[in-house]
Amino acid sequence: MLAKRIIPCLDVKNGRVVKGIRFRQLRDAGDPVEQATIYDFEGADELVFLDISASSEGRKTMIEVVKKVAEAISIPFTVGGGIRSIDDIYAILKSGADKVSINTHAVKNPELIEKAAYEFGSQCIVVAIDAARTSRGWWEVYIYSGKQPTGLNAVEWAKKVEELGAGEVLLTSIDADGTRMGYDIELTKAVSKSVGIPVIASGGAGTLQHIYEVLTRGCADAALMASILHYRVYSISEIKNYLKKRGVPVRC
Amino acid sequence: MRIVILDYALGNVFSLYVAFRRLSADIEISSDEKVLKNCDAVVLPGVGSFPAAMQRIEPIRWFLEDMKGEKPMLGICLGLQLFFESSVEGGVKTKGLGFIKGEVVELPNTVKKPHMGWNTVVKIADSTLLKDLDNEYFYFAHSYYAQVREDNVVKAVTTYGVKIPSVVEKDSLFGTQFHPEKSGKYGRQVLINFLKFVKR
Repeated sequence: MLAKRIIPCLDVKNGRVVKGIRFRQLRDAGDPVEQATIYDFEGADELVFLDISASSEGRKTMIEVVKKVAEAISIPFTVGGGIRSIDDIYAILKSGADKVSINTHAVKNPELIEKAAYEFGSQCIVVAIDAARTSRGWWEVYIYSGKQPTGLNAVEWAKKVEELGAGEVLLTSIDADGTRMGYDIELTKAVSKSVGIPVIASGGAGTLQHIYEVLTRGCADAALMASILHYRVYSISEIKNYLKKRGVPVRC
Repeated sequence: MRIVILDYALGNVFSLYVAFRRLSADIEISSDEKVLKNCDAVVLPGVGSFPAAMQRIEPIRWFLEDMKGEKPMLGICLGLQLFFESSVEGGVKTKGLGFIKGEVVELPNTVKKPHMGWNTVVKIADSTLLKDLDNEYFYFAHSYYAQVREDNVVKAVTTYGVKIPSVVEKDSLFGTQFHPEKSGKYGRQVLINFLKFVKR
């Protein structure tokens, strides 16, 4: 049976992890390779690296990071952040990432999804959707790290990216993100039920129950999380044992 | 022992390269005839689309046909699918290498596609690649699968809407629908088992 995936997300800036594991045993809290190795060892199913570097220098550094991570781990990983062209995607995949995640530039240039899926295959093209609830009960897509509203309906946009060839949706609730009050179950369910591609839920994980909820009621295929793992609130094995006891298929 | 990863893919072949290198295999990515002539085994990697891969393989196709039966070959994901007679990927029927009878078709609409993530691989016959392994999780990322029309070739299956042949073996041909290079320690064991066969 296909397992539900638990995916730690690491923010990287200029080649260093800025939001990552905060625990004492680490020799170097900012080393992406070291953190990736630990999560692989602890049973993460995949990893996501979000490059938040603003400069082109920082982006070049990311390519080096990708190579080193690929050499160190033997689970799949996705790289996102500022990807805007076929060349960007090729550089990342060639360096050893399994998937790329496209956000802002998928909205600005939907053709990019189509071209990328054709060139590299749908299985490595993830479209990241950041959405916030509107007062009228639907969810609006935001770009530029949640700063700019687009007028797009998140459910409709998810259907569109599937049609264009995306292989997966990484769905972040802007309302829930960083609150540790739980994922936006309704948003996740609305998107997951509307598309025929897997959906990774993101934003809001605070308790084991939250993760269970989004993978069951929320119909998510995978749960992404950052701070509750980085701050060692729970370990991956604690999360997986909890899910397993409640009948959710997980790899452990 | 020299292993060559066939160079037809636009995408992440680096992970596969690294996985073999970790096992101290002498590994190279190439589609050069001279390199192929002097190697001990060939790996067909698992990224890209069936039509694009067949197009790139065409110039060395005769070479692979000659090599079959002589040198071990390992097809991973798309690489496994290329062993079959044809595929409907991309909406047109494309001829494959035809080493194993059967055709590659799309997964049913009752499941999400791609089949993405970790799923269990259940042995149904003795298998070289799965020696000492059974019922373990491996990493999958695909939307098409092989409908095999040959007996005794399928060694393991994985359930996802249908029964997907996840390991096929025929003489010195080996294929996995999952990605061993991305499947942690059990994936590593599959690659070790392949290398042991090459060394035999």
